[in-house]
Amino acid sequence: MSEKKPERREFLFTASYAVGAVGVGAVVWPLIDQMNPDASVKALASTEVDVSSVQPGKTITVLWRGKPVFIKRRTSEEIAEARAVKMEDLKDPQKDEDRAKDPEWLVMVGVCTHLGCVPLNDKGDYNGWFCPCHGSHYDTSGRIRKGPAPLNMEVPKYEFVNSNTIKIG
Amino acid sequence: MSDHEYVPNSKFGKWFNDRLPLLSLASHLTDYPTPKNLNYWWTFGGILTFCLITQIVTGLTLAMHYIAHADLAFESVEHIMRDVNYGWLIRYIHANGASMFFLAVYIHIFRSLFYGSYKSPREIIWIIGIIIYLLMMAAAFMGYVLPWGQMSFWGATVITNLFSAIPLVGEGIVNWLWGGYSVDNPTLTRFFTLHYLIPFLIVGLVVLHIWALHIPGNNNPVGIDVKKPSKDTVPFHPYIVIKDAFALLMFTIVFAFFVFYSPNILGHADNYIEANPMVTPAHIVPEWYLLPFYAILRSVPDKLMGVVAMLSAILILAALPWLDTSKIRSAVFRPLYKQFYWILLVDVLVLGYVGAMPAEGLYLLIARVATAYYFIHFLIILPVLGFKEKTIPLPLSITDPVLGGFPKEAIVKKKEGLN
Repeated sequence: MSEKKPERREFLFTASYAVGAVGVGAVVWPLIDQMNPDASVKALASTEVDVSSVQPGKTITVLWRGKPVFIKRRTSEEIAEARAVKMEDLKDPQKDEDRAKDPEWLVMVGVCTHLGCVPLNDKGDYNGWFCPCHGSHYDTSGRIRKGPAPLNMEVPKYEFVNSNTIKIG
Repeated sequence: MSDHEYVPNSKFGKWFNDRLPLLSLASHLTDYPTPKNLNYWWTFGGILTFCLITQIVTGLTLAMHYIAHADLAFESVEHIMRDVNYGWLIRYIHANGASMFFLAVYIHIFRSLFYGSYKSPREIIWIIGIIIYLLMMAAAFMGYVLPWGQMSFWGATVITNLFSAIPLVGEGIVNWLWGGYSVDNPTLTRFFTLHYLIPFLIVGLVVLHIWALHIPGNNNPVGIDVKKPSKDTVPFHPYIVIKDAFALLMFTIVFAFFVFYSPNILGHADNYIEANPMVTPAHIVPEWYLLPFYAILRSVPDKLMGVVAMLSAILILAALPWLDTSKIRSAVFRPLYKQFYWILLVDVLVLGYVGAMPAEGLYLLIARVATAYYFIHFLIILPVLGFKEKTIPLPLSITDPVLGGFPKEAIVKKKEGLN
């Protein structure tokens, strides 16, 4: 009989701690979650861009969710160069066909995947982009070729609303 | 001299002290027995306290005029500089005060490294110090973001992106830190909040740092245990107080030189251009006091490993009391450690230099060698040295070698070691 009492007490302690932990968690979570992107930030999730004035070989930069997005109208040489690259040569293998639905238009988030700087247009060893912060080189498809960045520049969700307008997001 | 014996003179003092022993505390701080051989490297604790108070006072006054909003922050800083009475002075003291704070803390840390102040029984003092140092870096980084210039914005972008190196949850953590999909207004307001909070956390930790110090008492240049109180100690007041005050005066001359004659020399011109999320400045450099760690980050070609190396370089310091296996504290009696100490100091300065240079060619090679040596020093040299090194015999007390007491060989051998 005397053996049973401590067990019962242990159970009560454990149950109390468990309920207490749930309570603390329920109080702490709102305090943590308030730091996540809020409704007004999320509401700005899409941007429409008129691309009718972009000449072949030129890039425009637009702001989407606080980040620059590159929209490049590629020349046929640039497309050919991007498509000729062997998958073995890529750090983050991805076909150009999968990155540019319409080969003439390359749309991607203009943020280096290393530490978030904005790469410079038409620079670097691969005729694409070059990040001035820590020296990452990207090719004409925005794929990482050299330097510390681990991934290709991100292609956001986008669509052609009509032949002149791209909707990003 | 013990706290228990202290009895206030006045009747009211006694009445008060029985209820809240503040007078006993004051008496303890006044009489606190201090080794009498402390040199000027020991004055930086007081100097750091001064720096912390200066930052809090100037920070509070700046906060009365600063506006933490992405559209207004840059303008409000210019408003402080041009319109607010003495705003330029207060802001320059605050901005240069951060640099002076780090200058003092690096001297304070390297003092501990030379004299083995981190060793038993002072490990907890040392670890609290490392936490204070980490908080200082966080506060300085977030403070640098507040003017919302180009360096503020892109510094914030690069540093917060370090967390994106964490596998799986990295991106979620970064969006959580930003409160959005890029560094923007939500980031600025929370950085302001935390920048305001951290100095007060540091005040709390400083109290613990000093409390932990007052248990074993100060280390000293000879690095031996001192009986307290004894002929080897002097009361904190007036002896140490006056020495600290003199050192502080010298320090404030250097401080004032920066504030009045070259207030922007430690900053970057790019930060007088308002933040622009579309354009990254050609050459991003952190403030000088973070450069060695920045060099370590860039010397590793892999993103995740670069971040791991940088954090390890700081956290390895917390393990120092156990990595250094030597029982002898002061480098004065460790002829080999003394050499390695100076090599480490040069190594850190080299890292700082290459951290400010572009990460390419020879600079990158030097950064890699210096990074490797940094870790070799702590992980290989220090543990092995404790077993291999032939140390010089310690004197029995602080006073003995000075007054020619027994054993005198210690001093003789020390001199031989130097020649």
